[in-house]
Amino acid sequence: MSILGTRVVRTEDPRLLTAGGTYVDDLRVPELATAARVTFVRSPIAHAMITGIDVSAAREAEGVVAVLTVRDMDDLPPPPPDDGGGGGGEGAPLPLGGPWAEPLLAMDRVRFVGEPVAVVITDDRYQGEDAAELVSVDYEPLRAVVGIDDALASELPLFAGTESCVAVTIGEADDGTGFEGCDVVVERTIENQRLAPVPMEGRAVAASWADGKLTVWVSTQNAQIARFILAGALGLDPGMIRVVAPDVGGGFGAKIGIERDGLIVAWAAKHTGRSLRWAETRSENMIGMTHGRAQRHAIKIGGSRDGHIQAYRLDIVQDTGAYPRLGGFLPFLTSLMAVGPYAIPQVQTAYRVVVTNTTPINAYRGAGRPEATAAIERAVDLFAAGIGMDPAEVRRINLVPKDKFPYTSPCGATYDTGDYVAALDKVLAGAGYSGLRAEQARRRERGDVLQLGIGLASYVEITAADAAGGETARLVVNGDGTATVYTGSSAHGQGHHTAWAMLVESELGIPMAKVTVIHGDTDLIPAGVGTYASRSLQLGGTAVQKAAIDVKDQARRVAADLMEASEADLELDTERGVWQVRGDPATSQTWADVAAHAGSGGLEASANFTEGQPTFPFGTHLAVAEVDTETGKARLIRHVTVDDAGTVVSPLLAEGQRHGGIAQGVAQALLEEMVYDADGNPVTGTLVDYAIITAAELPSFELLTSETPTTINPLGVKGIGEAGTIGATPAAQNAVINAVSHLGVSHIDMPLTPARVWSAISAAQGNGVGQ
Amino acid sequence: MTVNGGEIGAEVPDRTLLVDFLRDVAGLTAANIGCDTSSCGACTVLLDGQSVKSCTLLAAQADGRQVVTLEGLANGADDLHPVQRAFRAEHGLQCGFCTPGMVMAAVSLLAENPTPTEEEVRTALEGNLCRCTGYHNIVRAVLAAARDGAADASGGGLDAAAELATNERRSA
Repeated sequence: MSILGTRVVRTEDPRLLTAGGTYVDDLRVPELATAARVTFVRSPIAHAMITGIDVSAAREAEGVVAVLTVRDMDDLPPPPPDDGGGGGGEGAPLPLGGPWAEPLLAMDRVRFVGEPVAVVITDDRYQGEDAAELVSVDYEPLRAVVGIDDALASELPLFAGTESCVAVTIGEADDGTGFEGCDVVVERTIENQRLAPVPMEGRAVAASWADGKLTVWVSTQNAQIARFILAGALGLDPGMIRVVAPDVGGGFGAKIGIERDGLIVAWAAKHTGRSLRWAETRSENMIGMTHGRAQRHAIKIGGSRDGHIQAYRLDIVQDTGAYPRLGGFLPFLTSLMAVGPYAIPQVQTAYRVVVTNTTPINAYRGAGRPEATAAIERAVDLFAAGIGMDPAEVRRINLVPKDKFPYTSPCGATYDTGDYVAALDKVLAGAGYSGLRAEQARRRERGDVLQLGIGLASYVEITAADAAGGETARLVVNGDGTATVYTGSSAHGQGHHTAWAMLVESELGIPMAKVTVIHGDTDLIPAGVGTYASRSLQLGGTAVQKAAIDVKDQARRVAADLMEASEADLELDTERGVWQVRGDPATSQTWADVAAHAGSGGLEASANFTEGQPTFPFGTHLAVAEVDTETGKARLIRHVTVDDAGTVVSPLLAEGQRHGGIAQGVAQALLEEMVYDADGNPVTGTLVDYAIITAAELPSFELLTSETPTTINPLGVKGIGEAGTIGATPAAQNAVINAVSHLGVSHIDMPLTPARVWSAISAAQGNGVGQ
Repeated sequence: MTVNGGEIGAEVPDRTLLVDFLRDVAGLTAANIGCDTSSCGACTVLLDGQSVKSCTLLAAQADGRQVVTLEGLANGADDLHPVQRAFRAEHGLQCGFCTPGMVMAAVSLLAENPTPTEEEVRTALEGNLCRCTGYHNIVRAVLAAARDGAADASGGGLDAAAELATNERRSA
C-alpha cells in the first residue's frame, strides 16, 4: 500500500520540539560570530519632506559602528528605468517603477509611517535602540492621503510626474449590460479591510560580505527570488550572492523574495564590510512589513425571482499603500476570480489602484482571491435576501454543474475539475442545516438575546497561477541507500520535508527516515521558484515525483547489470525498498547495492515541472455564529467545511493548512483590521491594539473530506494553502449578519466587532434595540 | 540561576531581559521573541515551575531561581515529554516559531489543571499566539497530553522545577 494519503507524522517535528527551530536570529554560524546589529530609523510621519538628517550624536554613542543614510548609497546601481509611465495592469512589471519607483533608504521624502530613513549599526541590539534615538531628522510635514476616499478625491498627486493618486485604471464603466431583464438588482459598496500578516517570526536578515561574495540569510519564502532581487538592487552578478533560508517562522505571502528593508541590510553589510544581523521588532513589523487586502468593492447583482442570477458586476478600488508593489496586481486576480463558482452569464469587472500614505500592500494568504470570494458571497446573500429565498438554495441553483468541466468563466479562468454542488450538499448535511435553521427560527420567535446566525460561502480559487514558472527538484540516491532531495520549493511551516519524503518513499520504496530534504540555499539549489500561491505540492511535489521516476529508470538499468538480468524481468518492491527479479525475493538487491554499483555517476536526476497549469480548488464553508443582540458581541461556535484540493497526499498536512486558513479567514471577518488615523498614523501598531485571533475566540473546526483529482498534474493535486482563508471569511461574515438579519440588518462591514454589530442593529431598529 | 538543571552565571547589564540572557548568554535559542508587548508568548519558559513570558522579566529577576526552557523538557531525543509527543502526534505545530512557548505554556497549564476541558485549554492558551495552526491541533495536543498523564511527567530540567512546585503546593 502506498504511503500517500496516510496519516504520517512530520519529520520536521523532533528538532522543532526539542531544540526549537533555527530561525535567522538563532543562527550561530562562524560568518556571523562577530556580526553587528542593524537598527532602523523610521519615519514617524506619514508624509513629509526630509530637510535634514543629523547623525553626529548617534555616531558618538556607545557601541556605534556606523550610521548610514541615503547619502552613503553611492555604490548602488541607478533606480529601475521608467516602465512607460505606470501603465500597470496585467503583465506589468512589479513594482511599477518609473515615477512610482521606491527607493531603499528614503531620499528627500517619506511616504508612510515606518519608511526606512537611516540605519544604525552597533555592536549589540540594545545599543542600537539607544543610538537610533539620537539620529535627528528634520521633517517638513505634508498633507497625508489616507484611505481610498481620500486618494480618489485628492487633486494633489503623491508622485512627481503623475497626475493623481490613481496609479492604474482597468476596465470600462458600467453600461448596465446584463441587468436589463432582471427581476431584482441589488447594489452595495462593501469594504475588504486592510490586514497585517503577522507571521510569528517577523522579518529577519543577516548578511556577510567576504572575498567578493555576499551571503544573505533571510526569512523568506523564496531564496532564489531573493537572490534575483538582491542582484538587481545591489548591482551584483547573481553568482556573487548566496541566499540561505533557514527555518522560517511563517510567511503568509508577506515574505516573498526579499523586501526593501532586507535589501538595505544586505547593502549595509557590503558597504561596511561588517557582518550584520537584523531581526525586526513586532512594532516595526506591524508598520514595516507589507499589509494585505485593502480593497473596496462596489457590487451589483441581478437575477430572476426563481433564483437564477443573470448578471454580476464588481468594481474594485485597491489601496496599494505608499508604493505600488504587488498591490498593483492583486485586483487583477480578484477580477479573474470575481464570478466565483457560479455560472452567471453576464459578468463585468473594473478596477483602480490608488496610492496613499500608508504601508505598502502586498500578498497576504489568498492575495486577491479572498477579496473576490468575499464580494460575490456577500452579493449572493444580498440577492437571496432580495428575492426571499434560502441562500443555500440560491447557491445550489447557480453553482457550475458537475458536467460543465473544464469550465471557462466569463472572467477568463478555466476551472479544471469540480463538483461544487456536492461540496455544498455535503457541508449542509454535515452541519445539520435544517436543524440549525429550525433552532434559529425558535430563537427568533422567542426574541432571545443570543441569536443564531448561519453563514455560507461557496468558493473556487486559483492556485499555482504562475504554474508556467515551474518548480525544480533534484534527487540523489546516495551510496548508503539513503536519498537526498533538493527542492526549489521553500517550506515555512507547510511540512514539505515530510511530504516530499512521502513522495520518494512511495515511488522508490526508500523509507522516509532515510530521505533528507534540503531547500532554501542558492548554492545547493541555484534554480527554483519557492513557495507562494499554493503552488508547492502541485509543482514542486510533481517535480520530486518526476525526478524519482527518472532515478527509478536509471536504477533499473544499473540493477539489471548488477543482477545479470534483463530490465524487463526486474521489479522494484516498494514495500521493502529492494530490486528483485519479478516474483523472486531471494534475488533482492537493496538501494545501497544498486547505488554502489552505479559508480561515480551515481543515481541522480533533476526535474523542472513546467508543464503544469493553474488548478482550481473549491469548497463550501458553513459558519454558525451566536450574536448577543444587546452588546453586539459575535462568537463563532461552529465552522464546517469541505475544501476539495484534489488528491490528498498527506491528510495531516492538508488539514493543518485548512485549520490555519480558517482561523485567519475568521480573524478577518470578526476581529482584525489595520487602522490609520486621518493623519496616517497607525493606531493598531502593536499586538495589544491589533486584534490577532487567539485560541479563546475559536471553536474546533469540523472538516469534511472530498477529493476531486485534477487532470493537470500526475499527482492529481491542487493547492490547499489558501483555500481555508478564502472560504472562511465570507462564511463567518454572512453568519453574523444572518444572526441579526431579522432585525432589519442587511450588511455590516468587516471586522464585525461588537461596536459595529451593535450599531447596525441599533440603526436598523431606529435606535430602539439594546438601549 | 539554574537553567535546565545546570548552573549558569554571568555579569550582564541591568536592563538585560531574561529572554536575551537565555538566548545570548546561555545559548538557548528555542525561546523566541515574537512581540514587544508581552502579547505573543513565544518566549514562554518555566520559572520555578510556573510559566512566564521571559521578555517580561529582567534576567536579574531570575537570579538564584530555576528556569526550564523547551531544551530542558525531554530526557533525550528518544524520551520526549508527553506534551512534546502529543504536539507531534496531533500535528500541533507548523512553522515552529510559537512552539517553544506554546509547549511550555501547555506544560504549565497541565501542572495546574491535569484534566482540563477544551474550553479551559483555549482560555489558558489565550496569551500564546500561533498564526499557522488555527489552534485546532494545539488544543487537541494538550488534551491528548492530559490523557497521557503529562501532569506527572518529569525528566530533564523539569525534575528540579517540579520538585520546587511540589514543595510550594505542600507549603500552600
